[in-house]
Amino acid sequence: MTALFEAKDISVRFGGIRAVDSVSFEVEKGEIYSIIGPNGAGKTTIFNLISRIYNTTDGQLLFDGKDITRSPAYTIAGLGIARTFQNIELFTNATLLQNLLIGRHCHSTVGYLSQIAFLPSNRRAEIQHREKVEEVIEFLDLQRYRTTLIANLPYGVRKVVELGRALCTEPKLLLLDEPSSGLNVEETEGMGFWIEDIKKDLGITVIMVEHDMALVSQVSDRVMALNYGKVLAMGTPHEVQTHPEVVRAYIGGESEVDA
Amino acid sequence: MRYLFRTNYKQDIRAWRHSGDVFWYGLLIATIMIIPFVLGEFYVGEMGGVFIFAIAGVGLMLLVGYTGLISLGHAAFLGIGAYVNSVLLSHGIPFVITLPVAGIFTAICGAAIGRPTLRMSGLYLAIATLSFGSIVGTVFQKWTAVTGGFDGFAVPTPYVFGVSVEGATGVYYTSFAVLLFVLWMSINLLRSPIGRAMVAIRDSEVSAQSMGIHLAKYKTLVFAVSAGITGLAGALFAHYVRFLAPDAFDVLLSVQFVTIVFVGGLGSLRGAILGAIFVRLLPQAIAIVRDDLPFGIGRLPGLEPSLFGLILVLVILFQPGGINGLWLKTKLWFQAFPFKRQTSGRRQKSYARSERLR
Repeated sequence: MTALFEAKDISVRFGGIRAVDSVSFEVEKGEIYSIIGPNGAGKTTIFNLISRIYNTTDGQLLFDGKDITRSPAYTIAGLGIARTFQNIELFTNATLLQNLLIGRHCHSTVGYLSQIAFLPSNRRAEIQHREKVEEVIEFLDLQRYRTTLIANLPYGVRKVVELGRALCTEPKLLLLDEPSSGLNVEETEGMGFWIEDIKKDLGITVIMVEHDMALVSQVSDRVMALNYGKVLAMGTPHEVQTHPEVVRAYIGGESEVDA
Repeated sequence: MRYLFRTNYKQDIRAWRHSGDVFWYGLLIATIMIIPFVLGEFYVGEMGGVFIFAIAGVGLMLLVGYTGLISLGHAAFLGIGAYVNSVLLSHGIPFVITLPVAGIFTAICGAAIGRPTLRMSGLYLAIATLSFGSIVGTVFQKWTAVTGGFDGFAVPTPYVFGVSVEGATGVYYTSFAVLLFVLWMSINLLRSPIGRAMVAIRDSEVSAQSMGIHLAKYKTLVFAVSAGITGLAGALFAHYVRFLAPDAFDVLLSVQFVTIVFVGGLGSLRGAILGAIFVRLLPQAIAIVRDDLPFGIGRLPGLEPSLFGLILVLVILFQPGGINGLWLKTKLWFQAFPFKRQTSGRRQKSYARSERLR
């Protein structure tokens, strides 16, 4: 067992609500791990806990053998965890290129003064970042939008750009928050292929929150189902989908009717 | 119309886009250099004022236009720069030292203000900076031992390597040199990681954080840089007015700076300069037509501030891109002629973003 990421009994309370209630899971290196559940189950909250936007009330987060439970949010990208957002949080008034270059921020080591004077060291670093960004642009087929403002891009492309920006940080672990939300069937299929490529070609471990069960079964190695902040089931996509508790959470009261 | 073919990564990080830029801006700089030989003292003096306001405008543009933080206290930074420079000069320290010291000292003040106000944004930040401005204004009035209070402070004549730089021409060339330096610095910043971090903070703080940007560090840094540049403008402003009175650095001046940034066009260095030209020309235009206005409007007190306010509101409502946006639209019209459409200048509607994560 080589667990890249581990959550041990994490909980978070907002006032009286336990949004996440002692959830534990392990994600192994190189797998695609999906989190499913009805609205308000606490899936995105788990992402916000991992990327340290929220503080955990209880429990421990381990990444690559390191305890990140209390690491500041801005250090997370540097450790190798990148994420996307459910409703797209791109830098709207910047070009695609600038957005991807911001993804390189955690790798920039050039001092302030050489940035202000644009010294050769900064010039070299900028060109290196640019080369790395170009690799991502090529990987995701974004060439034609390079200098377009994000504000002028259609929704589907923005989703891909956000994925690209996360890839630019060269992550070990990628958190995808509903990669298919707002996409049509065709775009969702494309997104599925990219997620598979990210795993196979780039060797990046993925944790994904997703509602589209077709996409989940297509790409996931393992699935965890949540409801009201608690784990309902864990296992292969098929196991979880047929798990009686999961069925009840989604469709409602089946076993009660039977009883 | 010019098509840009990118064949080299170096092209993307150059300070200019293409050779046309180099030519036209070179021509502009050359013209500015010979203007004092052609025009009279009054015009040279007024243009010096425009340069000084353009420097402050660039400083505020970095903060408001690129980082999305508002400040209604920048007149205080201008004042700090002006007094530091003048007081040091009166102690016999040469101008080549007092100018950078004024900038650096004001930058430190900016960092000191930026640090505690970081958690605020929007209206709250505006109020905090506004009160900072009035506190500093009071200090200028009451600390008579240093500033002379309402008696004022006569600014000593500066010397650069033994040459006096007084008079309209001296201020003109010095301000222009500082403006070029500040622009060079800002362009460098904006094409470096710091500049991208600024844009990231402006557009989405939560994802800036997730990309590894330390919000507190960068906001403080930008506040310091912005204040420092305004401090440089202040040092020059002291020589422009030659006599410092504490009530010159009041809220109205801060509002003028904000007007520069909004009327010029948010998120554009060119906009800061266009805005400065506008803000300096408006009082002159009012002065010219003052006597010809009907019903004695021209003699009403407070005509100028109310016009500034009115224009600010109108620009925000009807021309959010400011003068720079207008310029870009005009350019597009000519480039696309005769194929300009109603929708050409319009942006796609923005999609809902999560308000939960701020």
